[in-house]
Amino acid sequence: MTLTPESSTFDVTLSIRKNHHLLFNYCMELKLPIYLDNNATTPMDPRVLEAMLPYFVENFGNAASRNHSFGWVAEEAVDYAREQVAKLINADPKEIIFTSGATEADNLAIKGVYEMYASKGNHIITATTEHKAVLDTCKHIEKTGGKVTYLNVKADGLIDLAELEAAITPETILIAIMYGNNEIGVIQPVREISAIARKHGVLFFTDATQAVGKVPVDVQKDGIDLMAFSAHKMYGPKGVGALYVRRKNPRVKVTAQMDGGGHERGMRSGTLNVPGIVGFGKACELCMNEMESEAKRLSAMRDRLESALMELEEAYVNGNREHRLPHTANISFKYVEGEGLMMGFNKDIAVSSGSACTSASLEPSYVLKALGLGDDLAHSSLRFGLGRFTTDEQIDYTINAVRNTVLKLREMSPLWEMYKEGVDIDSIEWAHH
Amino acid sequence: MAYSDKVIDHYQNPKNVGTLDKSKNNVGTGLVGAPECGDVMRLQIEVDEESGLIKDAKFKTFGCGSAIASSSLATEWLKGKTVDQALAIDNMDIVEELNLPPVKIHCSVLAEDAIKAAINDYRVKNGLPELTLEQKPH
Repeated sequence: MTLTPESSTFDVTLSIRKNHHLLFNYCMELKLPIYLDNNATTPMDPRVLEAMLPYFVENFGNAASRNHSFGWVAEEAVDYAREQVAKLINADPKEIIFTSGATEADNLAIKGVYEMYASKGNHIITATTEHKAVLDTCKHIEKTGGKVTYLNVKADGLIDLAELEAAITPETILIAIMYGNNEIGVIQPVREISAIARKHGVLFFTDATQAVGKVPVDVQKDGIDLMAFSAHKMYGPKGVGALYVRRKNPRVKVTAQMDGGGHERGMRSGTLNVPGIVGFGKACELCMNEMESEAKRLSAMRDRLESALMELEEAYVNGNREHRLPHTANISFKYVEGEGLMMGFNKDIAVSSGSACTSASLEPSYVLKALGLGDDLAHSSLRFGLGRFTTDEQIDYTINAVRNTVLKLREMSPLWEMYKEGVDIDSIEWAHH
Repeated sequence: MAYSDKVIDHYQNPKNVGTLDKSKNNVGTGLVGAPECGDVMRLQIEVDEESGLIKDAKFKTFGCGSAIASSSLATEWLKGKTVDQALAIDNMDIVEELNLPPVKIHCSVLAEDAIKAAINDYRVKNGLPELTLEQKPH
């Protein structure tokens, strides 16, 4: 590394390089605000930054420049990262298509399969709790004449496998079901889904953005044909992701959605984001090494947070608690509204809510509504997303802050008063506005 | 979205949270909003029968910080006013006082609705005709 010592980045990097554990220990002390919104994005691991830094100024080459050393160095770095990414999901490096993120990978998978397999059929099966990047892409497909079945989920957020199988028609070309849900963390029965897909000769695509790097994802054992994932959900940089595209049994092809220089074996043109890809590779390597212990640590902390908050009256965990990502908890605190609740501590703690008030739409979370939750419970939900840098002290602080705010707001809630007086709130004729 | 200091202050130190005895003839109760919409306000006034002034006002609100602040502010403004003066409180006064952003204007509308519903309840209890009120868009 030959950065000039004047830069502050250099100082940071130097300290990371000397002993990243020192920095980590520093992070362990309780410092406000606390970040518990790791399903939205994760902080980048300092070790990822360190791996990326040489690829901005010094090794700036274009990985597609085949005739000089600048290009070779960049290409070599991309090749290495491709191996790191492939290894984490038990794929062949040739099966990794780098993209700008999971949204692009979702688009490429769904639109790419729809166009490539048009002669075979035009029907796609997905579920109502998918990420908008999948749902909106499916809506686009419908506008162009395709057919899409949106499977409902059960009250615990899992799809019904019999319903899935029954939805398959001779026209079905793709099943698009996510691995782990971003709002409630529920993990779908991926192996059972892929077995059904295989049996009917239908391709299986999964958006595994929240799952890769958090739980073991194995494209061979899981029988996945296409899979989207992203670096910034696993302590890597924003702006880079990948689509896994199976090359054998069966060989899967997608029609490019970005035309140009024929990068990524023609499936995704555009000069490669070399530093981002290097960071993505490093992030995958770290997850490969640390995921198992990290998952244990996070699920223990998550369970502690959850059981402490469940001691409050009228608190409900949303989604299946067994088949769930280790770092996610989604809890509704009945009779208090989510945004009002967050306001009690959002100076110190970052979480998110399924409440309408947090979005421009004024509609509460469609995922929670898909579970059959009433709008009132959906409005009352908080999502806690723990991560690599979450500490026990932060969890203690959060338990206290959330509990105190719920109690305070319930004292202020007319609904809580009615509930306590035994009034049937559902029987009241509310004026809907 | 950042909240204005006034919203934060009302949220942290809400004024007049509580319940008045709704069986009393001089207490008017307004319950507006809906749990499904994410906000419910209950606003109550107690009228001094001799002077005709609102001598006490209380609220309880289920909703976001802006909804809580709007109802807290409304109870403050109500105290000491006559019922007719209270009817003149406009939601835009609340918007201005609390610096509510456009997406939160419905909170102020709800507070105005709650005031008017409480006054109507008081009027009906005291043999006065119910006022028909203009519907503001939420």
